Amino acid sequence: MKIRLLHFASFREAIGRDEESREVAEGTRVSELWSALGGEVPLFRRFPSPPPAAVNREYVPADTVLREGDEVAFLPPVAGG
Amino acid sequence: MYLTASPIDLPALLLESRPSDGALCLFLGVVRNENDGLPTTSIQYEAYGPMAEAEMARIADALARDFPTVRIRMQHRVGLLSVGEASVAIAAVSPHRAEAFAACRAAIDRVKATVPIWKKEFHPDGSSGWVDPTAGTQ
Repeated sequence: MKIRLLHFASFREAIGRDEESREVAEGTRVSELWSALGGEVPLFRRFPSPPPAAVNREYVPADTVLREGDEVAFLPPVAGG
Repeated sequence: MYLTASPIDLPALLLESRPSDGALCLFLGVVRNENDGLPTTSIQYEAYGPMAEAEMARIADALARDFPTVRIRMQHRVGLLSVGEASVAIAAVSPHRAEAFAACRAAIDRVKATVPIWKKEFHPDGSSGWVDPTAGTQ
């Protein structure tokens, strides 16, 4: 199934693009997607656990199962204000 | 809309008070000329726009529940800001000052904690870096 993956700030610079369509297996969890990204981006392997993640613009736990068409983003430490 | 690429519209935030309102508390976050000892010339604010709007709406809803006598308006800027420019504004009005101060403080604390906004600081020597408020705390 396909998901839409967005990248922001330091993560966007590390991966070199701001969004992508990605094929993932049925039942893939947010944490498993993060592990897969770690295989591509050395910066991501430095995180002891997945950073906060959003699915469809809302924070979700790392064990959340992804669904077809989800908009997914891993969020670098936020620094508003 | 909580995010704006234009300078913060203060008159729009200072909404009309009700006759029962006796306090208006305004907080402005302003770009500072240094951070952690490093001089700063400007800051680029980047947002996950649709989620930042949704998250600020969730914060506004929670504040309305937590501070029922207070009305709150919030705006956060995105884009490149120079030292001295306001990056965020919170206005809270209520009958008495104690709730206005408390709600204003809670609002900025919650915005900083969860709204997906990032800032890249630019230094006088041309270097730059993303601000990580969690650095050194993990």
